Parts: sequence; C-alpha cells; structure tokens
Amino acid sequence: MELSEHIKTANVEAVTLRRPFHPALRGTLCVTSHHLLFSDRKDEASRQLLILIKNIDAIEKSVENLFGYPRAVGSSGTITIKCKDLLVLQLEIPGMEECLNIASSIEVLNIVITSHRQKERLLWDRWRVSKVNSDYSVCPSYPSAVIVPREVDDDKLIRSARFRQGGRFPVLSYCHHRNGMVIMRSSQPLTGANKKRCKEDELLLQAVIDGSELGYIIDLRSAQQAQQARMTGGGFESKSCYSHWKRIHRHHERGKVVQESLIKLVEVCSDPSHTVDRWLSKLENSKWLSHVHSALSTAGLVVECVERDGHSVLVHGSEGTDNTLLVSSLAQLILDPASRTVTGFLCLLEREWIQAGHPFQQRCAHSVYSHARLKQECPSFLLLLDCVWQVWRQFPLALEFSEALLLRLAQEVYASNYGTFLCNSEQERCAAGVKENTHCLFQSLLKPDIEEQYLNPLYEPTDLAIWPSVHPQSLQLWTGMFLRWTKHAQNMEEAREEVWRIVKEHRERAGPDRTNNTLSTHCDTLTPFENLMDELTIL
Amino acid sequence: MEHIRTPKVEQVKLLDRFSNKSVIGTLHLTATHLIFVESNSTSAQEIWILHHHIASMEKLSLTTSGCPLLIQCRNFRLVHFVIPRERDCHDIYSSLLRLLRPVSYDELYAFSYNPKQNDQQREEGWQLIDLAAEFERMGVPCDQWQLTDVNREYKVCETYPRDLYVPITASKPIIVGSSKFRSKGRFPVLTYFYQEKKAAVCRCSQPLSGFSARCLEDEHMLQAISKANHNSRYIYVMDTRPKLNALANRAAGKGYENEDNYSNIRFQFVGIENIHVMRGSLQKLLEVVGTRSLSMTDYLVGLENSGWLRHIKAIMDAAIFLAKAVTVEGASVLVHCSDGWDRTAQVCALGSLLMDPYYRTIKGFMVLIEKDWISFGHKFADRCDQLDPDQKEVSPIFTQFLECVWQLTEQFPQAFEFSEWFLIQIHEHVHSCQFGNFLGNSQRQREVLQLKERTYSLWAHLLSEKQNYMNPVYSPSFAESHPVLEPSTQACHFKFWRNMYHQYDRSMHPRQSILKQVLTFKESNRELEGTVQALKTKLQKFGVSTSPLKPQTPPRDRSLPPRPQSLILGAPLLSRKEVQQEEDEEVFGEEAREDAPASTDGERTVEGSSATENGYGELTGSFGSKNEPAVVTLEFGVARMTC
Repeated sequence: MELSEHIKTANVEAVTLRRPFHPALRGTLCVTSHHLLFSDRKDEASRQLLILIKNIDAIEKSVENLFGYPRAVGSSGTITIKCKDLLVLQLEIPGMEECLNIASSIEVLNIVITSHRQKERLLWDRWRVSKVNSDYSVCPSYPSAVIVPREVDDDKLIRSARFRQGGRFPVLSYCHHRNGMVIMRSSQPLTGANKKRCKEDELLLQAVIDGSELGYIIDLRSAQQAQQARMTGGGFESKSCYSHWKRIHRHHERGKVVQESLIKLVEVCSDPSHTVDRWLSKLENSKWLSHVHSALSTAGLVVECVERDGHSVLVHGSEGTDNTLLVSSLAQLILDPASRTVTGFLCLLEREWIQAGHPFQQRCAHSVYSHARLKQECPSFLLLLDCVWQVWRQFPLALEFSEALLLRLAQEVYASNYGTFLCNSEQERCAAGVKENTHCLFQSLLKPDIEEQYLNPLYEPTDLAIWPSVHPQSLQLWTGMFLRWTKHAQNMEEAREEVWRIVKEHRERAGPDRTNNTLSTHCDTLTPFENLMDELTIL
Repeated sequence: MEHIRTPKVEQVKLLDRFSNKSVIGTLHLTATHLIFVESNSTSAQEIWILHHHIASMEKLSLTTSGCPLLIQCRNFRLVHFVIPRERDCHDIYSSLLRLLRPVSYDELYAFSYNPKQNDQQREEGWQLIDLAAEFERMGVPCDQWQLTDVNREYKVCETYPRDLYVPITASKPIIVGSSKFRSKGRFPVLTYFYQEKKAAVCRCSQPLSGFSARCLEDEHMLQAISKANHNSRYIYVMDTRPKLNALANRAAGKGYENEDNYSNIRFQFVGIENIHVMRGSLQKLLEVVGTRSLSMTDYLVGLENSGWLRHIKAIMDAAIFLAKAVTVEGASVLVHCSDGWDRTAQVCALGSLLMDPYYRTIKGFMVLIEKDWISFGHKFADRCDQLDPDQKEVSPIFTQFLECVWQLTEQFPQAFEFSEWFLIQIHEHVHSCQFGNFLGNSQRQREVLQLKERTYSLWAHLLSEKQNYMNPVYSPSFAESHPVLEPSTQACHFKFWRNMYHQYDRSMHPRQSILKQVLTFKESNRELEGTVQALKTKLQKFGVSTSPLKPQTPPRDRSLPPRPQSLILGAPLLSRKEVQQEEDEEVFGEEAREDAPASTDGERTVEGSSATENGYGELTGSFGSKNEPAVVTLEFGVARMTC
C-alpha cells in the first residue's frame, strides 16, 4: 500500500491558517505523503507553508455543527496542529467531512511513515579497532567496529560484553592528545546481588590504564541508586575488584523524568499569562535547567580528571545510551578544539550518538505535545544541544557553528527528510538499508558552500580547554529554542546580521590572511574516527 | 591620614568568594583606597577599593590562619581577607570604620580627586550638559509652555532646580498656591514634552488632600496642564504607589487627587513599592546569589522570593503606560508618588527613554540622568549613603532605573548607542563620590557646596573614554524605524543582571566577550578606512587619480580620539599576535590566570578559564599513589562541593 493511499482528502480550498506573528491567511491546503502544504495561491508573493508530516506531534480537531447536517451551510472544523519543534498552528477548514478526513489522514500517515554513510580506518599502537561486533551479536547497539586496548583480544571482549548490560563493554570514546589520557564509556556491570566478578572486564579496564596509573569511574547514578541496581542484576565496579579505579557517583535524572521536565518547561514557556513570580517558580519546577546544570558539571568533572589531573576516565550510567553519551560528548567539546568546528561537531555527533547507539527512534518518537502514552521518550539529545548552547554563550568565539545549527539539529532529530537520525542503532540502520535509501543530513550540511547562518562569524579557534562556569547565575534558559514561537526575536536577528556585516567588512579590509581562518575547515568530508586517528598517531 | 594606624599589612590572604582558591598579598591602606597587591610576581593582580564603595565590614571570629575581614561594597564586590595578626586586622578595621564614615562633604573623594585638568577643562566638563538646551530641543518654551522664574531663589521649592517650565496659563499665585498643597512644595512642572502630539509629561509630589482638603490653585494648575494640550480633553494622573500606601498617607494629611474635585483627570495607581521594600528586596537577592554552592533550584526560588524582578517589571509597566498615554493617546500625564523624587524619577526617566531615541544615545542618556534625577532632586546623598548614617534612607532606586534600561538593551540590542558597561560605570561612580555630579541631595545643596568649582564632572570623564562604552551593533536607523520602544513585559524577558551583581566575580562571567570582539573589529575597520583615506590623499598630492576605486561608503562613526587604555574591558585591545602569545602563556603558565590591570575595576579577562574557579566536583581522597602530579595534591585532597 502506497503512502498516498492513506490520504482521504488531498486538497481543500478556502482554508484559514492562523499562526503566531502572522496575520491569518486564506488559501489551499494539500496533504501529500510526507508533507502538509499550505499556499495562499496568489500569483505574486504567494505565501507557502510546508510542514513535514513527521514533524506533527499532536493533532486536535474540533468540529462545529454536529447536528447531523453534513455539508450544511457554514459547517466547518478547526484542526490544531502542534509540531515537535514546538510550533502550534490552527487550520479552519470549511466542511466538516473534509476536516475530519484531513485530520485522520495526517494521523494515519504519521504512524505509517518510517537514510547515511560512514567510514572507518584501522588504528594501531596502544589501541586497535576490533571487529568483534561485525555481525552485531556481541552488542546489538554498538557499531560493527569499536576501539579497544590493543592487548585485549576479542574473546575477552565477548566475555566482558556478557558482563555489561546490553553487551555495552568499555570502548574508547576520546583520546586526549596532550597527555594520552582517554575517556571510555560502557554500560553498568552486571554484578548483581551476589557480587559477581568478570576477570576479562577487569583486565580490559586494567589495560586502559597502564598498571601504575589510576583511573576514575564516573557513575552517573547516586551511590544509593547504584546499590539498588544490584537488586535487579546491575551494579557497579567495586573497589576490591577494580583497585586502580576510583569511583565517583553523580546523580543524573533519566528517561521519563527528563521527558516530563521538557513537557513542563514548554508548558511554562507557552503560557503568556504568568507574572514574574510564577514564571520563575514554574521554570524551577520544570527542573530542566537543573538537568542542564548537572550535565555540564559532570562533564566539567570528567574534563578536570583528564586535563588537569591527568587520569583516564570511564563514564557509565545504567544502559550507557543516554546520559553516558551526553557527558562524554560534552567533555569532548570542552576539551577538544577539533570538536568545536562544524565538521568536528558533526563528527562528534556521528561517533558519540549515532554510531554509539543512542536509540533516536525510541527517544524522539514524540515530543512534548503528544497525547500518546510515553514509553521510551527522553530528550537526551535536546539536552545535549542545550548544554552546547550554554557553552557557546560563555565562549562565543570558541565554536565555529552558530545557534542556528543547533536549532536545525533539534528540529531534524524529531522529523527529518534525511536518514541520519533514523532507527535505534547501526544494526537496525543496516537492516533497513538506511544508507542505500536515504540521504545524509550531515553531508548536506557540510557542502562546501555551507550556509552562512550555520557559521559563527566571530569564530577564533583556541587550543585551550573551555571550562564553562556552572554557577546557576551563569546558565540561562535557551530562549532561541524554547521561546522560539512565542517570543519575537526579530530584534535579535537584526543585531546578528549587523555583527555579520561588521565581521565581513573587517575580513574584506584586513585582507586574506584572516578570511581563510573560518572557511578552511568545512571543505573536508565527514570521516568519523578521523580526528581520533590523528590523535592516535601522535601518541 | 591621621586615622590610618597601620598603612601596610603583609602576608594577607584573599579568599575567592565561590571557590577554595586564595592568593597571598600585601594590603595597603591609603586616605582614599584600600589596595591589595598580590605577591606572586608573575600575575600580580591588584584590587583597589575606594573607601566610599565600602558598604559594610565584618570582623569574623579568629581562625587558625588569622583574622578574617569581610568587606561588602556598594558596587557588589565582596572581598574576604584573612589577616595573620589580630592586631593588624583590628587596626585596619577601626581605621576603615572612621574613613568610610566621612562627617562632612569636604571629606569626600571628589574634593581631593584631581585628574590633572586645568580650570578651563573642568569648566568645559561641567558645561557639557545644558538642560536649557535640552528643553529647547524638546520645543519648549513654546506657545503653551514657558519658563518660570518663581523658583529662582529656591523660595517655592528648595529641592527643585531654579529653572522650571509650566503652562503659560499658570500664573504665579496659582503656582505658589499649588506648591503649598503639595508635599515638600513640589508642584506640577514639565519634565518632558512630546512635540509630535504636544503632550507633556509633568511631575510633582502627592497632594496634601487628607480625607477632604481641596486647593483651588492646585486644581487650576492641573486644568492649565490639561488646557496646554489640545489633542486630548483629559490628562492622566499617575500615582506610582500601591493604592494601599496612598490610602494610608491620607491619614497623615497627604494622599491623592480626588477625581471629583479635578475636572477631566483620569486617575491611575501603578503599584511600585516604596524604598524600604526595594532595599529589602535587593538584600534578599544579594544573599541568594552570594550563596556558595548554590543549586539551580535554590537560585530560581531565591530569585523569585526576593521579588526583585517583580519590582523591575512594575517600574517598566508604569513607564510603558506613560509612554502609551503620551504617544498613542496624545494625552498629557502627571506623575507623582509620595515626595516625587524616587518612583516619579524612575517612571518619568524610563518613560522618556521609551519615547525619545535621543535618550538612548550616550550624550542623551547623560542629559536624561541630569534632568530627571540630578536636577529634580533625587536624594543621591541619602539613597547612596554618601554621608548620612541613616540606613533607612538608603535604597537602590537609581540602580533599579539602570537595570530597567539594561533589560531594554537586552530586548532591543540595536536601539542603544551604549553597552551595559556604560550603565555599570555610571553605577560605579554614583557611589564612588569621585566626581561631583551625584553629590548632595538637591541642586541648591550642590550650589552651596560649589561643586562646579571644586570637583570634576563625570560626564566629561565618560565621554573621554566613550569608545569603551559603545554598543557596536547600535543602529541609528533603528531609532528612525522605532522612535517609540514597545518592550514586552512577559515574565521571561526579565532576566538576572549577572554583569552588574557579579561584576567582580570573575568565575561567573562568560569567558569570551562578543561585545569586545565586535568592538575590536569595528575599531580596526575604522583605522583601516583611515589608512585608505590617507593613502588616497597622498596619491592625489602626487597627481595620481584615484577615481576608479570603488565608491566608499561613508564611515558610520564620527571620528573619535585614540582609544584610551580601557579599564572596563580589561587590557587594551591587543593585536592578534599578542593575544595568541597570551594564550600560549596560559597553556603553560600557572593556574591563577588573573590579569594584572592597574585599576579598581579592571580585572575582566575573557580568554581562557580554569577549572579551579568552577569546582565541578569532589575528587575525594588520595589514592596512595606516588606518581600523582604535584598539582593534584592540595586541592583534590580537600572535599569540594559542586557548584
């Protein structure tokens, strides 16, 4: 059955569209298999609106005149469409039947609808690329190739995988070129109530640090939670078995709690009636900024261990697919100048989120408006983008990309024309033939003439670690995201353009030696692991 | 000098407010400043604290390392010294106690401060702002408004300026009669004239109406104001107090206008709280944000409970109401509170700023402060605690006004010629008593003190380093398209002003500044433009034609004096090479990366940051390893909490 067969009414004339900051428009509404198209059909300066069906989070219909007069004069219905990017708009559709048809078509399409590429290279020296997971049997959520210590053979990896939840055994996430220290990530060990041990897992971690050294395990649960996890078969690395590792517990909320935070936050942001007092307590009540705060402080802690303290770190929570990735990727952004370029940042996402098996499809199935019962939804990725935005606020010259790129990613992760964020793991993407059948978002973002709006005009690379301040006074609500549709940002936009104008004028006058500095980096193609390779060769 | 018992104490420890960092240095006490010089020769930072800036001092109980002395400043700096010997600490404490409580105006810094200017330069400084010219700019005097000499000798109202503007139809007896019916004699006078609609903004104090008293002259006065504007049949009377406060005042023989007695007025309460509430609110705010290891929850809840942002919003709401009444309805507005020098000044000044783009320029903002705050008698001496030890009179009224303007700059980034550093610098000097402008409570008092002969003007000083205060994205064309600002008063637009209240807490600032960077670019654009022009003239001199060059867009800046060493933006703007060098040094250098500026307010560095200031975590315990790097030992041995 083709997608288009689900469409009961494809065209409706004389529909009125209402949305924030725009006068109401009258025009034609079309439903296609992937889009909702609205056009006022005027010859000159016709205004159009295109919405991905996949972007629609919830749809509400209200029909007037339900007294059994189909097609009675004046009968009409209103559809309220709430999108995953937080836009809310209203369509007034003449004719009750059409209204119901459109609504049900969208609902059905949204359910039925369900793209990418990557490279890898061999690594050597202390580390090697293991293909133990080439058929995804050792760990279904890991990519086919992972980086592990050279001295640990594949058999040991398999055993270690059996000892870790979901088979997510410790793998290399980042290697700090300045001192050779690494960030590893994994899931929790399955010690269980009777304190099981796994020699291979211990050896694997031992191999990460060279015997004499020390390492830190950053456990993203409170000590109490970690204890409790033993009751359900999980656990933590005990001091006696991993004597060279020092464990630090940091409590992070996860799953449903974070999703509900986001829902509350958006509710607060879209309610214009509140007074200053209630606004702040509602903002507090959503706890979103607390999540941002703890993510950034734990990432700061990891960086402190690696950069200042000179020790390797293993990061894990329970499953190792959400907060673990959040913390490890933020730590890299703070530490590694390469991950602050457009290419580097997208590489980071590719490596730490897409290949590392963040279950995008489960986490981003619905956003905040959906009436569907929440299952696996959790805005971990959005939280990452918020944290990156906070870092950018504090170091506005250090990142090559702009807020617009973060906003674009926030949108694409929920609904996309590209295949990048499809499925939950590399295994699923292979099975679905994502690479063959869809296009890669990152590739299209990285085309040589990258759109100016995604670049930070003030970018000046720095080799230093950029430690963000985590005082609550230094963190802010990401208005560009959460007040996107409620607050008029035109003044900000114009100011941004003025900054661009000054910078361009400066580049023009100051000559070519400065102009290259921002444009050289994005011509490179996307090669995950490449950065890592460079660092490894230095070792 | 005779009060200084110990001019110098060595081995003093300065503790960081939000982390466990500390530095050792020498404390110097001079007649005007308390100076701390860090001993470490490589990064010797200096902290200069003007005695007038010190709001309170506290000697904490003796510890093993010495005697702690906590100093809180009016510019929101908080320093925590530990002095090794208790006697030294006591000496410093008691000397300061005397020094920061001057008994007469003559002891204020302004009377000894000398920026090496001659008398003529000083005079020129004072002549920069001319209020008569300002009223002329508004179009006053005109056919409806005139200058009155009734207060020439400060006989009618001693807290008003000499020159006052009233409606043509308001005769002397009416004025005098009205002034007798108004608290402190502050009768209705013109403060801003909106030429386009001929609508006036007037200000006064509360009427002495009690429960039933009337005054025909006062009623005539309001009638005259109403008549002076043909666009509207009525005038608004804005009582900026909460209704309850106004009612309570009636019992004391004061109160508010009875709509039955005054024809054609529309009376409106606005509900801005009084000076005591504001003082308490700021205190609560500072307590919250001064907490170490503050959690996000405590921060947001504390910010809300302080009520500070609610008060800021109340003032903003009032100003918006005023601006709308004048610009949209074309009605004249009379604003008052109790005495007409606190809330009235806030609302009139902010309202005018919303209506008139001129006040959003550097010069215009100075004029606005000079007019609505200084000349109309906002009691700076009392509110900023310059002399009078009566703490009940102290209140952050002017700070609130500056914050309202800052909130506007956040909403309209292109509307203001100045950046927030200008506001912060003004705030700094309102309390510094270094310049004469804000000394005393009224114009009359300033004349008695002969400030213009004996002190210097802040405005001349600020204009001389204008470049540091420029907003690089300011657009004069924005003013043309948005002559009247219409800010949003949704709660989410009222933000905590970190750069004001944490001005000196380096760890809390963004580590890099967009403002500084764009300013640098703009500056260098201007210089390059200059070079091009110079080369062209040279070519022309040699008879070479330069016509084929592409047409030059005229530079938007006026020509400015060479950039003085910037205090507020940290070190002078360095060339790229130097910056790089600096950064390199940072990589290999020590942990403490304080800049070494030569002034009280110059320690704002932007590049780099360090983990010590943030304190992300508690890496507790030692690991019994002998291979640990030396850096780790001390700081990581101590349990540290998350921020």
